[in-house]
Amino acid sequence: MKILRLAFLNLTRYARRTLLTVGLIVLGVLAVLMFVSVSGSFKSMMIGQITDSMLGHLQVHRKGYVASIDNSPLNMNIKPQALAKIEATLEQIPQVQAVSYRLKFGAMLSNFEETTSIRLNGVDPQAELASMPGLVERIVVNGDQAKSTLLVDKGKILLPELLARGLKLKTGDTVVLVATNIDGSVNGQTFEVQGVLQAISGPGGRDGYMHLEDARALLRMANAEVNEIAIRLDHIDSLPSVRRQLDVAFGQMLNPQGQPVLEVHQWDDLSPFANIANMIDLLDLFIRLMLVGIVLIAIMNVMMMAVYERMREIGTMAALGTPPRRILGLFLTEGLLLGLLGSVIGVFLSLLLVFALSFWPIHFEFGRQSLVLVPSLHWTEMLWISLVVTAMAVMASLQPAWKASRLNPIQALRQV
Amino acid sequence: MSLIKAKGVQKTYQMGEVAVAALRDINLTIQPGSFVAIVGPSGSGKSTLLNLIGCLDKPTQGQLSVLDTDISTLNRHQLATFRGQHIGFVFQDFNLIPVLTVAENIEYPLVMVQDWSVADRQTRVAELLDAIGMADQAHKRPDQLSGGQKQRVAVARALATRPKLVLADEPTANLDHDTAYKVIGLMKKMRDELGTTFVFSTHDPKIVGEAEKVLEIEDGKIKPEAAQ
Repeated sequence: MKILRLAFLNLTRYARRTLLTVGLIVLGVLAVLMFVSVSGSFKSMMIGQITDSMLGHLQVHRKGYVASIDNSPLNMNIKPQALAKIEATLEQIPQVQAVSYRLKFGAMLSNFEETTSIRLNGVDPQAELASMPGLVERIVVNGDQAKSTLLVDKGKILLPELLARGLKLKTGDTVVLVATNIDGSVNGQTFEVQGVLQAISGPGGRDGYMHLEDARALLRMANAEVNEIAIRLDHIDSLPSVRRQLDVAFGQMLNPQGQPVLEVHQWDDLSPFANIANMIDLLDLFIRLMLVGIVLIAIMNVMMMAVYERMREIGTMAALGTPPRRILGLFLTEGLLLGLLGSVIGVFLSLLLVFALSFWPIHFEFGRQSLVLVPSLHWTEMLWISLVVTAMAVMASLQPAWKASRLNPIQALRQV
Repeated sequence: MSLIKAKGVQKTYQMGEVAVAALRDINLTIQPGSFVAIVGPSGSGKSTLLNLIGCLDKPTQGQLSVLDTDISTLNRHQLATFRGQHIGFVFQDFNLIPVLTVAENIEYPLVMVQDWSVADRQTRVAELLDAIGMADQAHKRPDQLSGGQKQRVAVARALATRPKLVLADEPTANLDHDTAYKVIGLMKKMRDELGTTFVFSTHDPKIVGEAEKVLEIEDGKIKPEAAQ
């Protein structure tokens, strides 16, 4: 019989109480898994958006550039000689999937009636698209999502949505860009609006894009300089190891004063969303702790009741010579079954709910963006929750089970 | 060789600052295969004596040996093991495990107390079901049985591990007369067939008549004329 069968039969004896306890655990598991899956999908969607259409996974700049990035300085560009070394280093790292060399600068944008400031990215369209595959989804041409695989042609410009709306600009309109180069001389050129870029949160989410050669021409730049290198990796999980390799490789590129010339940043060093992601992780932890609390209290309560109600039965078992470890085992098994049952049903219902949400996704607004969340659950998350809940259930049963195993048979048999 | 031997046994309970003597200077000897009744009014110490003989408790003073083992030398775990190996119990309220069937209740000590193989367990349970005449009720649960049937199952459970000694605390108190006689008859039959020693407490004078030896206890002492 088998402690397992006896434990199961004991749980069926108080069916209503068992159902209530299991129900509470199921609710807890469901709440945690749904929170984890929704917050996880929000987090990975936002991170995906940031890394796939704006920052890449890693960025390389001249030392000190990021500290003054808001001024878009042109005196901290990476020169062609250093660029060649960087290129050679990146080619050696197999996890590097694509690299985009950018020239960021500030300019004045005019529609001939009004003028405003704009931050621009001069990019090689092919390299930028390879590094930022999500960027094309943000391009709107004549009110429609862009179908072209080409980012921006020469002589054309992609305008951020806010500026396009403010200056009442649309695809095909002509604008004037006026920029000051590193020597302080001013140059102006006309460009055609090729499309509008939908805004996303974070730095660079409201930048315009143009061809790298156009940018250099506008800035009258003689050398092939850039000031930002955005790197896309084969997988975000490769980030720490590639970061280490780059730190080592670029740490050897020193200026005459013996200081490193370059600095490497991960996406989360550059985007404020990293803090939101950390907050989500913290919330996640609190929700998990709440689940642990629910399981501990629910199981301990029900097991203490069970010991109290079955005092005579425990006394009989002890009188018949049942070893205390078997009595302990019986009550621990009852707790284990409650936890196991609760987590299995909870995981099953969560899967059902996640499956349903794949048909009816969650829509909500985050800042100026409209987000569609399709939650998903990873098996490791389900396994983790099930293991924690079951372990907590056993732990919560420990005290009542210990008490049952230590009962004096004579006193226990006297209980009514 | 005696099965149970008590010499100067005393049991005192501390109730706050007052010491209450439940048993005083108990001296007795019970031979193997005996059919013994302990009688006496409520509070006389019958149950305390049975608890001591059943190794559920230890004497405060004196020496009590069961199966040549001085039980005062055993700790809690050793007492439990000793009970499981050598002593069977029958309770006034039957104390069957409500979620188990008749067969499973009889099987309980073979699984949870001793580690019998499945085949041996099945054979033993079948033997006992036949012996108590309840082979056709093996799959019933205790709440589907009458009081007499429950006590027969309890007797079978007590005998499952083939103990040398079975202790029964008022086994007929919750049964009508006819059923009580049947249960005592069953116990006697088992004693005859298996040689198991039965020691039971009772109030019922007619049931006492079935015993071969009577220990009359009053105020915690065995009356001299009844002691042997």
